Amino acid sequence: MIILNHEQFDSLVEHAKNILPNEDCGLLGGRLDGDKRIVEKIYFLTNADASPEHFSMNPAEQFTAVKDMRSHGWQLIGNFHSHPSSPARPSEEDKRLVFDTTLSYLILSLAREPALKSFRFDREKNISEEKICVQ
Amino acid sequence: MVIKVNGENLNLEKSLNIAELLMAVKAAQPEYVTVQLNGEFVERDDFPKIFANDGDEVEFLYFMGGGQRD
Repeated sequence: MIILNHEQFDSLVEHAKNILPNEDCGLLGGRLDGDKRIVEKIYFLTNADASPEHFSMNPAEQFTAVKDMRSHGWQLIGNFHSHPSSPARPSEEDKRLVFDTTLSYLILSLAREPALKSFRFDREKNISEEKICVQ
Repeated sequence: MVIKVNGENLNLEKSLNIAELLMAVKAAQPEYVTVQLNGEFVERDDFPKIFANDGDEVEFLYFMGGGQRD
């Protein structure tokens, strides 16, 4: 289970809406507590593709974010991106570009009311949905 | 010798190039990895040529991308 607070969820939705029509993306810094993955900070990164249907995170910003996490005693626990006009489910492109099986992959759909889902992948790229708790 | 990889100390018997180092830390699909050595980006073509030496700091991250396009 991955846990966000309401403020983090609202900031995610607001930021993704502000980036429309393009996809938003970023990293999740946090900590592990048993089977709970607790988000401490959302790092909003530049979508280097500036595209409504694709994203690539800026590598320099990724390094800066991860170093900041480490300085706070957190770790990289996941990432997120938005789907401006499709459901919150991994696309074939999303699956193709999953390489780190330790992470939670969050997708925020803005196709209708904002819908946030989290997914985990194994090395064979089998998908399982992860429970999200916004509290 | 000791180098720091993603913030963790790694003891090595000898200097390794970046390609060897990624194998040593079992990085999956290193062709999708971006590397910084002491804060400077290392070009992928240079992975076999650039060595991490005692006291160096190496950071690596996976490319992260995707999108709603199938």
